[in-house]
Amino acid sequence: MPEGKVVFARPEALEETSTHYCPGCTHGIIHRLIAEVIDELGIREKTVGIAPVGCAVLAYHYFNFDTAEAAHGRAPAVATGMKRVTPDNVIFTYQGDGDLAAIGTAEIVHAASRGENITVIFVNNAVFGMTGGQMAPTTLPGQVTTSTPTGRDVKLAGYPVKVSEILSQTTGAAYIVRRTVSQPKYIRSCKKAIKTAFQTQLAGLGFSLVEILSTCSTNWGMSPIEALKWLEENMIPYYPLGDYKVIDEVKALP
Amino acid sequence: MAKILMKGNEAIAEAAIRAGCDGYFGYPITPQTELLEYMSKRMPELGRAFVQGESEVASINMVLGAAAVGKRAMTSSSSPGISLKQEGISYLAGNELPAVIVNIMRGGPGLGNVQPSQSDYFQATKGGGHGDYFPIVLAPSTVQEAIDLTILAFELADKYRNPAMILGDGSIGQIMEPVELPEVEPKPPAKPWALTGCKGREKNIIRSLYLLAGPLEARNIILQKKYREIEAHEQRHAEFMLEGAEIIIVAYGTVGRVAQTAIAKARDEGIPVGLFRPITLYPYPKDAMSSRTDQAKVFLVLEMSAGQMLEDVQLAVQGKVPVEFQGWLGGRVPTPSEVTEKIEEMAKKYVK
Repeated sequence: MPEGKVVFARPEALEETSTHYCPGCTHGIIHRLIAEVIDELGIREKTVGIAPVGCAVLAYHYFNFDTAEAAHGRAPAVATGMKRVTPDNVIFTYQGDGDLAAIGTAEIVHAASRGENITVIFVNNAVFGMTGGQMAPTTLPGQVTTSTPTGRDVKLAGYPVKVSEILSQTTGAAYIVRRTVSQPKYIRSCKKAIKTAFQTQLAGLGFSLVEILSTCSTNWGMSPIEALKWLEENMIPYYPLGDYKVIDEVKALP
Repeated sequence: MAKILMKGNEAIAEAAIRAGCDGYFGYPITPQTELLEYMSKRMPELGRAFVQGESEVASINMVLGAAAVGKRAMTSSSSPGISLKQEGISYLAGNELPAVIVNIMRGGPGLGNVQPSQSDYFQATKGGGHGDYFPIVLAPSTVQEAIDLTILAFELADKYRNPAMILGDGSIGQIMEPVELPEVEPKPPAKPWALTGCKGREKNIIRSLYLLAGPLEARNIILQKKYREIEAHEQRHAEFMLEGAEIIIVAYGTVGRVAQTAIAKARDEGIPVGLFRPITLYPYPKDAMSSRTDQAKVFLVLEMSAGQMLEDVQLAVQGKVPVEFQGWLGGRVPTPSEVTEKIEEMAKKYVK
């Protein structure tokens, strides 16, 4: 038999286990991208991840490197404490939109403003997933959730929070971009952004964040394919993909 | 060693530095702010971490992060700020992470005032945040003791992988006294559980989430076993003129000092009174206190609160002798003559 060549394998930074995520959920893709990037950069043995409160709280079962849990919204503060006393390690947080854009707004804004040399993977699926689909700060106007049963009425519940736009205004931030994983071409672009974000930290350039538009077919009440379509037709117009802040030193990275 | 004059807050900060504190994370609040200011100057000079957090909530979670990667970490605040830190303290306890928290108590509830108080006793010693847990709580009554207990707090936190709290009132933070600063050679234990990067070993996980009742119960049983061990080995107290005392005053912190002055005067008048001063508020020194019930005609509890430690004295005394109480509220510090009056009242009532 001719000798085979391995062209595709599970990244070392990802555990060989199935996840608890719902069918159609994009967390799995994002976990995989992070693991691939960590392997490619050769940093698995000096990376510490911080899982949020929310669906991704169990991320430490899926990542194969040191991981902590943070209280709801506090991951950037936990990461700050870690990075300041072990600056040679790579510290990243993995946070959803309830965690980061609601209860954790103070922590994320100030971590960015301080230019903390950490990386944030921000998964925006426009809903509180784990608690069963309530309105998140990122829920779109008119979007039906279990706490906006007739659709988000902006007169009562206000407007969605645009995290990348807000954080791009902080002087301390080095790299703020928005991506999605709804199609292979977007997945490739998203992986590149995650890599740049980690490289930003490795080069000591300061705060980096990748916002990733994501689906929650279970709580949106859609099939996985319908959910991806809904994301592209509704979320991308409100949350345009793009680079919101990339400082020159990041642009110059190899 | 020559003594130097130091303010309580600054002395605690310097003691923490000598104890090998690698990271300090805090937020300004009177009457503890000098501690943060001292750290802001000294920690960077030593190449250690100092961050003025955006809130008390953020600061305690920074402490949690630094503790999780195996470093000695500390925060300080005063009553309203400590309320905000309870979230993080519960997570520290649940994650079994060592850290030192300083509470220089002020009057409450609410915004209260910035005067000395002891009204956070329940919050400090009965858990404070959510869940079944206890921080180790140490109560200094002089600036020198604040130094010594701060160093001890780091040792005990590491030994038991548990948050440890210095519970001082505003007087302890603000008073200036001559002190000796000990030379310390910090020897933190090995921390194989820390998140240092998984080079050459399996990955480490630090968490407090256990979704099923069985595993979470098992986790809690482990924690409770640790608390019983702390209770068995770490009870500490000081005694003053307790020999032959029939009136036993129980007071901690600043009130303990005020009581000493009053006790010395009452002894001159021939009243058999002495002081039992708890140093550890958790674990409460109940064993030594219980052993004093035979000699006592009454226990008199004095606190700058409405009667919080009182309940622990009642539990230790177990109804064997009466327990009386006097409290001072709203940030008022008792004078020695007020305590003397109370002692004389007790002598008339209980000492024949």
